[in-house]
Amino acid sequence: MAEQLALLPGYLTSHLQLSLAALLLGVSLSVPLGVWVSRNARLESGVLGAASVLQTIPSLALLALMVPVLAGVAAGVAGLGVELRSIGFLPAVVALTLYSVLPILRNTVTGIGGVDPALVEAARGVGMTDRQRLLRVELPLALPVIVAGVRTATVWVVGTATLATPVGATSLGNYIFSGLQTRNFTAVLVGSVAAAALAIALDGLVRLLERGLVGRSPVAVATALGIGLALCAYAGGAFVASSTSTPGGRVTIGAKTFTEQYILSRILAGRIEGETGLETEVVQSLGSTVAFDALRSGEIDVYVDYSGTIWATIMKREGLPEDRAAVLEGVREYLAREHGIALACALGFENTYALAMRGDDARARGVRTISDLARVAPQLEIGGDYEFFVRAEWKALEARYGLRFREQRAMDAALMYQAVDAREVDVISAYSTDGRIAALDLVLVEDDRGVIPPYDAIVLASPQLAAERPEVLRALSALSGRIDERRMQAMNRAVDEQGRAPAEVARAFLEDLASGS
Amino acid sequence: MIELRGLTKTYAGRNVVDDLNLEVAAGELLVLLGSSGCGKTTTLKMINRLIEPTSGSVRIGGRDALATPGHELRRRIGYGFQQVGLFPHMSVAENVSVTPSLLGWEPERIRARVDALLEMVQLDPADFRDRDPARLSGGEQQRVGIARALAAEPEVLLLDEPFGALDPLTRDHLQQALQKIRAALGLTVVFVTHDMVEALLLGDRIAVLRDGALVQVGTPAALLARPADAGVAELMATPRRQAQVVDALLEGGGDG
Repeated sequence: MAEQLALLPGYLTSHLQLSLAALLLGVSLSVPLGVWVSRNARLESGVLGAASVLQTIPSLALLALMVPVLAGVAAGVAGLGVELRSIGFLPAVVALTLYSVLPILRNTVTGIGGVDPALVEAARGVGMTDRQRLLRVELPLALPVIVAGVRTATVWVVGTATLATPVGATSLGNYIFSGLQTRNFTAVLVGSVAAAALAIALDGLVRLLERGLVGRSPVAVATALGIGLALCAYAGGAFVASSTSTPGGRVTIGAKTFTEQYILSRILAGRIEGETGLETEVVQSLGSTVAFDALRSGEIDVYVDYSGTIWATIMKREGLPEDRAAVLEGVREYLAREHGIALACALGFENTYALAMRGDDARARGVRTISDLARVAPQLEIGGDYEFFVRAEWKALEARYGLRFREQRAMDAALMYQAVDAREVDVISAYSTDGRIAALDLVLVEDDRGVIPPYDAIVLASPQLAAERPEVLRALSALSGRIDERRMQAMNRAVDEQGRAPAEVARAFLEDLASGS
Repeated sequence: MIELRGLTKTYAGRNVVDDLNLEVAAGELLVLLGSSGCGKTTTLKMINRLIEPTSGSVRIGGRDALATPGHELRRRIGYGFQQVGLFPHMSVAENVSVTPSLLGWEPERIRARVDALLEMVQLDPADFRDRDPARLSGGEQQRVGIARALAAEPEVLLLDEPFGALDPLTRDHLQQALQKIRAALGLTVVFVTHDMVEALLLGDRIAVLRDGALVQVGTPAALLARPADAGVAELMATPRRQAQVVDALLEGGGDG
């Protein structure tokens, strides 16, 4: 608990930055837009319709979509000397801002439209211009309705900001994503409670401002504005401080959304700090392709991927995979040639997709190989992580073994293992290094036809890092072959089953490494 | 003071005001009289351009009203209407001082003006100045409405059935108050009503409108003596006939 709470100031500050930036942008975009729409009745259905459509996009998808969209924009403006980051703060703020538009826009239109026509006529009759009528009569009278929209947006934005973690923006969602992956429910709870508390606090602040304005109480207005400005100043100050304290010296390490990645990112960070004295920063819980795109564009410097993933997803190779060394060489050569990305080393273990079953079940059905499994598959149910069933490996398994299950279900990777253990499904797309395989007495079904490509864990370095920081590359290359399968499984189990922190496990590994060499 | 020439308003191909010609002398109160839909309100609103005429001209004090930006024109012309339209988020004093503040008057001058106007409409400034409009009776609201219309010292006042929603006693008080104020300020007033009694009580002259056209204009006495047609004659006879019915009731009832 104390360990989780120590992370709170950082996560909370980032969350506050995201929420405040999105809300301020949202208000300054939506209120003028709402005024404009309320002046042009013909636009109303079109603009409100567009905002509603935007709102129906699931928030997680909207956030994820911002990454390629911003990458496209970034490529477009790069020629103008403008550098845009397509992961992290920017895509999250853009998506959250869009998400806040509808409630504020709709309430602005409704609020202005709801002003008594007699008052509009009176405002014109006393000689107000359109602008004066808006500022002195319509907006003040629509204020309670507009503020209600802002309050709705506040709660939405603070809640949705927890989903900014997979696009690389730190938020209270970091607690939730990593907590779910590492079965640390204290972390999930801390993140959820903190997000809820922040939503309530900001909502209360907006309400205080509203009461002050409507009740014409200068004290309430001043208090609300004072607190609001202080929060903005704090969030803005922290933002400036964090973005100016990276004088190019800091190495950014990415991690995807599972336990092994959390541990490995800490190992890489510790290794780099120990060997080069450079500062490091870990951006965790990135989506799988988000991580690769971020490395390619240099927004992260280093992360661990798997040769088979690059082979299948990035190189889009089909057909029979070559042996482990050949795939590794193919990947190394391709990454260097196509993207300038350096393959610093292979860590020494494979984390492959492997079909896993309960041990007793496999023995009872006489399943040892996937060929055996194909015979009984029509009676069985398979569970896979979100991407498994659309990946090339699954298509190849289906085609080469004629695998047909009674039913297939995509689910969160963290829940797959519980599902097979609880007999909710019979087969899962396990990761071969997962600590839970041994812990739950699961067995891996052998890929007897060699369909699944090798998944060597490889450390990738961005083009910039490869070119400008040879010392970092050297420090990482020395990790080559230092982690075998058993060691990785043990480390994963230490986090998933024994509840130890990834950073702690990584530290123990680095100490062993130092004393061993 | 006010000159309407060939004034026409067309909505969807129909002339709701059709080639209207009227003059209002300085200091005169002209009543625009007619049943609902006759075009009297449209005519009134074309004078201060709350409604833009389709064709024709409006001259006020010899100046072409259509050549001035609408909001500047309206700051020089007082305007009051049945719903009053007091701004609920402003106090009585703030409501009254709207137009002067739009014109950039000094705060001191505005404060003095507000108190003088509240006195004029018979509301105690000390009591009413800081009240919310929600805490006023209908009659008080209309008094504040008239004070607001007069705030920027206009020479012309346009009133659209201002007393239509008030009880008879309050209406009577306000009609008398209006007469006093207009005499004191020498105001030129155009007053829209469908109430024949009100027209007779207040009007120096009455303009009778029907289907967007002017049927007859003249002093109440002239209209009574020489109605232009049977419709006008019947209209003018109504108050007297009602009075006779009331008299008969009172005499015959015995116990009244």
